[in-house]
Amino acid sequence: MAAKASGPIKRTFTPWDDPSAKPFIQFENVTKRFGDFVAVDNLSLDIYEREFFSLLGPSGCGKTTLLRMLAGFEAPSEGRLLLEGQDISGVPPHRRPVNMMFQSYALFPHMSVEGNIAFGLKQDRMPKADIDARVAEMLRLTKLEPFAKRKPHQLSGGQRQRVALARSIAKQPKVLLLDEPLGALDRKLREETQFELMDLQQELGLTFVIVTHDQEEAMTVSDRIAVMDHGKLVQVASPAEIYEFPSSRYVADFIGDVNFMSGKVSAVTDGGVEIRDDTLSCSIAAHLENPGTKVGDDVWLAIRPEKMRISLDEPGDTATNCVSGEVWDIGYLGGVSVYHVKLANGNVVKSTVTNQTRLVERPIGWEDKVWLTWPHDAGVVLTA
Amino acid sequence: MKKGPSLFNVVSVTLGFAFLYLPIILLVIYSFNSGRNVAIWAGWSTKWYVAMVQNQQLLDAAWVTLRVGLLSATVATVLGTMAALTLVRHGRFMGRTLFSGMVYAPLVMPEVITGLSLLLLFVAINFDRGFWTVTIAHITFSLCFVAVVVQSRLVTFDRSMEEAAMDLGCPPFKTFFVITLPIILPAIIAGWMLAFTLSLDDLVIASFTTGPGATTLPMRIYSAVRLGVTPEINAVSTVLIAVVTVGVVAASLITKRQEAERQRAERLAGAAP
Repeated sequence: MAAKASGPIKRTFTPWDDPSAKPFIQFENVTKRFGDFVAVDNLSLDIYEREFFSLLGPSGCGKTTLLRMLAGFEAPSEGRLLLEGQDISGVPPHRRPVNMMFQSYALFPHMSVEGNIAFGLKQDRMPKADIDARVAEMLRLTKLEPFAKRKPHQLSGGQRQRVALARSIAKQPKVLLLDEPLGALDRKLREETQFELMDLQQELGLTFVIVTHDQEEAMTVSDRIAVMDHGKLVQVASPAEIYEFPSSRYVADFIGDVNFMSGKVSAVTDGGVEIRDDTLSCSIAAHLENPGTKVGDDVWLAIRPEKMRISLDEPGDTATNCVSGEVWDIGYLGGVSVYHVKLANGNVVKSTVTNQTRLVERPIGWEDKVWLTWPHDAGVVLTA
Repeated sequence: MKKGPSLFNVVSVTLGFAFLYLPIILLVIYSFNSGRNVAIWAGWSTKWYVAMVQNQQLLDAAWVTLRVGLLSATVATVLGTMAALTLVRHGRFMGRTLFSGMVYAPLVMPEVITGLSLLLLFVAINFDRGFWTVTIAHITFSLCFVAVVVQSRLVTFDRSMEEAAMDLGCPPFKTFFVITLPIILPAIIAGWMLAFTLSLDDLVIASFTTGPGATTLPMRIYSAVRLGVTPEINAVSTVLIAVVTVGVVAASLITKRQEAERQRAERLAGAAP
């Protein structure tokens, strides 16, 4: 693919906004029950070709079940599952043009690295010369050439992860499913591998569906993220949309750090809203994305800590979007410091400050009285 | 602090080993006795070994035992592996508890009862007792040992390996033979060896279920002893002990070497970039 040369294509890749684009994978009202337990609850979802799609959620939310249904290890209890418009619900795993990379890697311990990578190709009765060429190509792509003859138990964790990846892409599947692919790696290696995965997806032009519980991983690699809870989709959107415009408190809280301020709508203005709460000294003015909101509704303002400005000096206007409190805790993370400010009503609000200069003496210390301010458009008004 | 074994350790180890091995050592020594009386030492000789090799009855019994052992161990391994697969893999089917209980029952059943019940069965269905009845009886009681050994391996088997194989285009039936079987093979071999050994030294069940022309070696030895122990029996026993010892030592050496190789390989992998 010429994607790399043509610059950051990710910005312009939005087939989900294009009404004429055909979905590649379609879940149509899919329900999956295990006995009385509903793992996936009447879920519909479209995934597009060449998309890097993440299923994100806490354990038990049904994300792995969705992936296993795509691979063919589970059949939907109700609903249809389409690949390129064809219903694949009844197709057994070994006949699906879909490959999976397993969380445990599931390498075959009695075969060498080469043997593992060649396994899928051999099942297709590919000529030996072609198999050898493809295996060599995969070894090169995953930088495993020196380890071709080794057995899985003779490899490190990172090397095993790459064998599992090479094996799952060797057949050039239409869709690659990745079940927590980086879960077993340490942090640094995981971050490197995330970028390798993205490059690989671009280079091969495949559709990737990844299951993860690591929100940073999902944010880094995905075109779109589906946040799941109790077998339902809570929000499906690009990483930036999910972070900046979460649809509910659940999503806002699941992705990144967030402060919530609750109150009642006291006035609706043109494109904005005023929120009041008896325990707050100020009123909150915010943009309103949800047009159905009326005066008197209970709402929450979700605002990210890095959008809260913290100051020792009292600002000019303390009537709107300004609260004061006492520094309760300081988390120094190197790059940033997180200030936990306890307000008069007892709530703790977090504010993140980038440490742009080397920290010699902290300008704001414990128990200092501080003011927190934020612009009108910094937060999101949520009704759920 | 003084390192090394204390007096107590030395004494207890010596006593323990003496208790275990003194009778066997005595038996081995007396197999080289030149005298006819087993209890009186009359000098070194290998003549009882010569007599043993020339004793057609003993050789016949050994041949029967070997055939029964090989055949029953092999059949029991196939059946036991299938039983283990069903018990581990097929979740909660109707009668699973009953089935698993029934597989394990022969483990704790007194051999006399197993032997007697098999005898009653063979009589009831009018099955001529002989080589085949002994073999069937041995399959019956060694099957459960194989099932236990294979089952314990299957419990720790990562099924995603099978799923990975199917995902890569391998049909389920073939997956079993190219993935599952090679991986659990050591457990199956261990089960086979256990079944073979059990068959080799079974006396009680064989006595119940045998017929004319199918006397096993333990039965032959036992009946010979009742007529009076001769050094010839000692010689036969010594050979049996030698065979078993060589087998056990070889098996443990192979396992040890594999383990060492694996550890070395892992060290190598750790050093690699």
